[in-house]
This record gives sequence, structure tokens and C-alpha cells, in this order.
Amino acid sequence: MSNPQQLRYSKEHEWLSTAEDGVSTVGITEFAANALGDVVYAQLPEVGATVEAGETCGELESTKSVSDLYSPVSGEVTEINEDVVNDPSLVNSAPFEGGWLFKVRLTEEPADLLSADEYAAHTAG
Amino acid sequence: MSSTESTEPRHTALDALHRSLGATMTDFAGWDMPLRYGSERDEHVAVRTRAGLFDLSHMGEITVTGAGAAALLNFALVGNIASVGVGRARYTMICQADGGILDDLIVYRLAETEYLVVANASNAQVVLDALTERAAGFDAEVRDDRDAYALIAVQGPESPGILKSLTDADLDGLKYYAGLPGTVAGVPALIARTGYTGEDGFELFVKPEHAVGLWQALTEAGAGVGLVPCGLSCRDTLRLEAGMPLYGHELTTELTPFDAGLGRVVKFEKEGDFVGREALAEAAARAEQNPPRVLVGLVAEGRRVPRAGYAVVAGGAVIGEVTSGAPSPTLGKPIAMAYVDAAHAAPGSEGVGVDIRGNHEPYAVVALPFYKRQK
Repeated sequence: MSNPQQLRYSKEHEWLSTAEDGVSTVGITEFAANALGDVVYAQLPEVGATVEAGETCGELESTKSVSDLYSPVSGEVTEINEDVVNDPSLVNSAPFEGGWLFKVRLTEEPADLLSADEYAAHTAG
Repeated sequence: MSSTESTEPRHTALDALHRSLGATMTDFAGWDMPLRYGSERDEHVAVRTRAGLFDLSHMGEITVTGAGAAALLNFALVGNIASVGVGRARYTMICQADGGILDDLIVYRLAETEYLVVANASNAQVVLDALTERAAGFDAEVRDDRDAYALIAVQGPESPGILKSLTDADLDGLKYYAGLPGTVAGVPALIARTGYTGEDGFELFVKPEHAVGLWQALTEAGAGVGLVPCGLSCRDTLRLEAGMPLYGHELTTELTPFDAGLGRVVKFEKEGDFVGREALAEAAARAEQNPPRVLVGLVAEGRRVPRAGYAVVAGGAVIGEVTSGAPSPTLGKPIAMAYVDAAHAAPGSEGVGVDIRGNHEPYAVVALPFYKRQK
């Protein structure tokens, strides 16, 4: 399992892309997707909603459990991945690509996001 | 459901093999068991359409022998175990004196004076203790055989063909709920046509030292027809679709078999007394006159998945509780089993929903099972 070097990671297993025009993409990591098992339902934040770093902003439901989705950053949601809403298995099959969850216009970015190597160390424990 | 006896989980004879296959493991009733190897949905579909291979070595085997074995089991369990023919099996229950369900069991009659009782892993000690206590005064021996067996199940429409390639045993003559001793892939096995998936299939009781060889032989024999290793996650969705109860969910000590809609397993007509007879007779009368909650199936109209413990609601009032729920791979919708008030239990009852973390999601009430295989 390899975590893309260009992304940054939260300890709650979300990833964040480098901002383009102030907007970053958020998803969950392959590690998290594997831990959840088959994702069957994704409740994502509404477009236009304000999300807070470290706060819940949705739910991911798998065969065995329901897990809160945390936003790794604060900002305004500009887009959600309708493909994932329609086919939540994308979170399992392509967590770092087609299985992205939402885009957010950053107002504030926490300093404690991890690099790919730091996240790999975090999940190795 | 972790063991209270020890914090160190137990490992089956197939443990290293599961790890080499990349299984995600989970603690289940004190055992470290495969939850899934890859996608649990794919494993589920494999069992419905092809075949799946399960390690069920956590199940609790108890052997009862002696001239009084049949009489003991007729006294200790609610079924008529003395009437089970040699080579046949019976689904039954063990109850408390107050009628509460201690466990549901499969009992195999291996010989005139020898039975194999298979208990749920989480209840094996309770069942062993109860049988031992109830054996006082009977000419019978109750033996803890939990470490004597590994249990491997091959389930799904391709399972007869797979097994036939590895045994000379007469599988065509082996009916559902029958078991016979034989040789599979060169090792002695009790071959039982039982399962917990709603599909045709077999459960193979073998010595633990033979488990790895048997698993590998089955894997090779099934490779051409799409057999895959399967974990407990898909076992749960398979049994749920088939409307089969799970102890701790649909069955508890708080419920009698009549409360669970399984009063048919209680055989009042058998000779002699049995533990729980009086209380169960009262429970049967109560269920007749003033039906308690009824176990029903629920099918979601939306995509939110009901979980055990969620309230079932109608007209703003709580009318029941979900006991098991999961996304159904076969139906493509979330499903659940739930106990609901009799007034709302009829299939098609209007206005029934499940409280999913504060939202009342609409659900259709249906008769169980959700899935029945075409024979």
C-alpha cells in the first residue's frame, strides 16, 4: 500500500491535495478504505456547507459499520463527488483517485497534517 | 463478543494460512478469525453463485456418548433428539428452566449411542456446563471436544462437484441435515450437509492437524469453478439474507423459542420431562393468545443501513428493535431482521421505519427469509 507523496494526511485517515486556486480535494486513505471494508453508502457534506478541521462532516457506511467522516481542514465545500454517492465502492477501488469525496475552499489549514512518510509510520503502529 | 476468560485470542489450525492469504482478522468470541480476505461483497456473491470456503473451527463441539445419551439429550434440549436417525442431524435449542434460550445447536447422531453437539463459539462453555450438569443420573458421558476438531465449510452451488472430486463418499445420498463419516482428500472427516448460508453445502469436521491439507485440497479442487476463501463478514450477510437467527442477536436468554418464532423446535410430545418444559408450555400459550413482538424482515427503500439495536418506529412511536442489519448484496438494498409489535408485523404494514441516528427512514415489512435458493 503506498500513499501518494504529493498528498498530506490526517491522523483520522483523510488525505488532502495541494490547493489549486485555494481549493483542495479531500478523500480517505487506502488504509482507511481497507479497514472499513466495502463502502455501501456515503453521506457527504452539502455543497456550500462550512466544514471545520477535525469535526465530523459526513458518514461512510460499510457492511459492518458506520464511520464518521472528519474534515482535515476548515473551509467551504465547493463540490462533492457525485460518482461516489452513486457508487460508493469507488472509495475502495480508487481511494486516492476516482474515490475522492469533496472539494473545499480553505479558510484555515491545521499545521499538524502528516507527510506521506509520516502517515505511513502512523499507520504502521 | 470477546472472551472474558482470557485477553489472548485463540488461533485455529488454519491461522498461518489465513495470514498468508492476506485476511483481515477479527476477534470473535475469543477467537482470532478471518473477517474477510478481500471484498466481503465478492465473497458473498461467490457463495451465492459458485462456492466459498470457510474456517469455522471456532464452533464448539461436544460429544455425548453412552447408553443414556439419547435420554440425556431429550432431557437437556427442547427437541426430540432420541428420534434422530443415525447419520442425520437436527437443528435444536438448549433452554434455561425459565424457557430462555441458552443457545441454538446442531446435533448429529453419529452412532446409536454417540452424538456430536455443535454450539456457537460464544456459548460453547455455557452449553458444555449445562450438559454436564444435566447429565447427572444419566448413563452418559459429556466430553469437551472443542480442541479435537477443525471445521471447514464449503458452501455454494458448486460445492457438491468440488467435494465429489475429493471423496468416494456417497454425496448424492447425503441429504440436507445428514452427516456421514468418510475420507476427503485422504483424511478422515465427518461430512455433513449443513450450513449457515442458505445455499447447498457441506461442513467437514476433521482433526486439526489435517485442516491445512484439506483446505489446500479444496482450494485446488475449486479453483476452476471460482471457489474463494470467505470470512465471517459474508457469513453474516449470507445467513441474514437466508433469515437464519444468530445467537446474541435474534436469540437471547431473554427470549423463549416461541418469542423468536421458532416454537416448532420445542417438542412437547416427546416422552419424559425436559428442562424448561413447564415454562415453555406457558410461553406457547402466551404466544397463542397474546402474541409478543414478532420477528420480521425489513427492506430499506433508501440506502441507510439499519444496525442491531436501532429502534423500529411507526406513527412516531417505537414499535420494535432491529436485531441484525446489513446491506444485502443479493437484493442490492439494506435489509434487517427486527422484533416488532404484532400489530405492525404483517408483510406490507404501512408507515414502518427505522430510526437511523435520528432520521426515520422508511422500510417495507416483509416475510422471512429475504432469499431462498432455487432447488
